[in-house]
Amino acid sequence: MATKASRSAARLMISPAVLLLLGWMLVPLSLTIYFSFLRYNLITPGANPFVGWENYYWFLTDPSFKAAMVNTLLLVGGVLLITVAGGILFALLLDQPMWGQGIIRIMAISPFFVMPTVSGLVWKNMFMNPVNGIFGHLAQALNVQPIDFFSQIPLLSIILIVSWQWLPFATLILLTALQSLDQEQLEAAEMDGAGAFSRFFHIMLPHLARAITVVILIQTIFLLSIFAEILVTTNGGPGVSTTNLTYLIYVSSLLQFDVGMGSAGGVLAIILANIVAIFLMRMIGKNLDA
Amino acid sequence: MGHIQLKGVKKNFGDVTVIPTLDLEIEDGKFVVFVGPSGCGKSTLLRLIAGLEDVTEGVVEIDGQDATGLPPAKRRLAMVFQSYALYPHMSVRKNIAFPMKMARIPQEEQEQRITEAARVLNLTDYLDRRPGQLSGGQRQRVAIGRAIVREPAAFLFDEPLSNLDAALRVGMRLEISELHKRLATTMIYVTHDQVEAMTMADKIVVLNAGVIEQVGSPLELYREPRNLFVAGFIGSPRMNLLEGSVAEKYDAHIVGIRPEHIEVSAASGDWTGTVGVSEHLGSDTFFRVNVEGFAEPVTVRADGDVDLHYGDTIHLTPDPHQLHRFDRDSARLA
Ligand SMILES: Nc1ncnc2c1ncn2[C@@H]1O[C@H](COP(=O)(O)OP(=O)(O)OP(=O)(O)O)[C@@H](O)[C@H]1O
Ligand SMILES: [Mg+2]
Repeated sequence: MATKASRSAARLMISPAVLLLLGWMLVPLSLTIYFSFLRYNLITPGANPFVGWENYYWFLTDPSFKAAMVNTLLLVGGVLLITVAGGILFALLLDQPMWGQGIIRIMAISPFFVMPTVSGLVWKNMFMNPVNGIFGHLAQALNVQPIDFFSQIPLLSIILIVSWQWLPFATLILLTALQSLDQEQLEAAEMDGAGAFSRFFHIMLPHLARAITVVILIQTIFLLSIFAEILVTTNGGPGVSTTNLTYLIYVSSLLQFDVGMGSAGGVLAIILANIVAIFLMRMIGKNLDA
Repeated sequence: MGHIQLKGVKKNFGDVTVIPTLDLEIEDGKFVVFVGPSGCGKSTLLRLIAGLEDVTEGVVEIDGQDATGLPPAKRRLAMVFQSYALYPHMSVRKNIAFPMKMARIPQEEQEQRITEAARVLNLTDYLDRRPGQLSGGQRQRVAIGRAIVREPAAFLFDEPLSNLDAALRVGMRLEISELHKRLATTMIYVTHDQVEAMTMADKIVVLNAGVIEQVGSPLELYREPRNLFVAGFIGSPRMNLLEGSVAEKYDAHIVGIRPEHIEVSAASGDWTGTVGVSEHLGSDTFFRVNVEGFAEPVTVRADGDVDLHYGDTIHLTPDPHQLHRFDRDSARLA
């Protein structure tokens, strides 16, 4: 892309893709913004008058909004913490030469291929059910009171389920990064007198920084919109203790048929996602250059 | 202090024996070069000494103490890798400081040693750069700096110059030799370049398929190669090895004569032949001569200004005192 001619040729060639993407994004976005300023409830058909910021006002002052915000951030933060820390540990483990490495790696990756609804249901009914679940049986075998996951620690339970789904992704990315680490660097560090911990903190972790950044950025995008796992397990409850922003939007627009309110929530979610993205880019994005 | 002794050392990778049982002594303060063709086990031998590989059998002694079971960090050896193995996320200063940080050397002492090493290696202006912003030669010097500051008992170099261009290689060769003179620390240096071996070594160890073919000073190897392998490996261009009737005349299975020990004449000589390809190096000219009755062409050296061309007839006379005779088992005949 050095010459003027090649630059303008490049622009010409990517323009259809850019236009398509713009249309793809802009049309729904403008519609959402438009709806968010209307009083538009499917239960009361008829005129949809323009009401200004009213939808936003009611959405923001709704007590469940604040709870949803906190839940969203806890969910994203908790899952990121577990998957990054766990992913590093798993990657270190899978990087060791061992018997049956290929099979073990495929097994470790497989949760990623399970659909969110399915994994939510499996966890709900087969693991976390206090009567029939494996954890319940274990607790009974040990003679302790089984935990009723979804009523005692609902948000943590969701965090665990989602972490289980995303751990393979983090592991996979971190494992490939780990494998690209020059072995001679580790040997040099070993000769320089660095023990296993020093080698991890001084050589491996800095080498993984970029991969960790990628994991955090990609996962955040997807984790902000977690929905299926909540729908099939807790339905946002008990109360609003597992309602995140996505779920709150679903509740207002599809359960309460308030399209205007839902759209206002959607616009707020977009703004939140962008704030988070800016923060992330500021904090860790510099790992991506150079 | 850096006396290293290998006693009955053997190395297998799985079922493959890479180094059959071998003994070697490296005296304190010597510059020892391991040389041999690719895949002969030079790096493996070096890594056995460093402790990066475990010996299958045998004992590695450093300064008279059994170091076979010691981890690399405890052997007081420093290694410079072929790929430099610098830490890319640390500045040059931090790279050099790393071994001292691991050894918990006080900060002022660290600073002092870094300054000194940077001065010796001409790195003072680059201390705050990352390795990625340095040239190959500068990276090499950082790797050496990282080795120096530990004040090790011996330095191990694994083909440190093979990634550099020819001119830089000559420069770094001198710098490393000079460093050895100044520090007087044992250095073990692996290379497959026999020029490096000849110019730098106090003592050369010629390896072939994990076996030590000969140990000696560069001139010993040049003057009295113990077998055909060493004869062919040491010296550039390589020694002419002649079989058949010529060899029989000297009572040997094979005779060897170096290009520089054959006299070239336009008028008369022992052998007569025609000039093939010639290489003009300025100071010298090397001719490939197709001698009547020989299966292979003979390489000879002549002065740079000799006026001979492709197809000319010339006469060659080998210097009888510089002739090397080998028997059927390729060993040297006295
Ligand atoms: N980890 C290993 N596992 C199995 N075989 C190995 C291993 N490391 C080296 N080898 C084998 O040991 C032999 C010697 O290897 P080594 O690296 O010591 O050669 P070298 O003399 O350093 O060659 P070069 O000049 O190309 O670096 C080679 O045949 C190589 O294939
Ligand atoms: Mg090697």
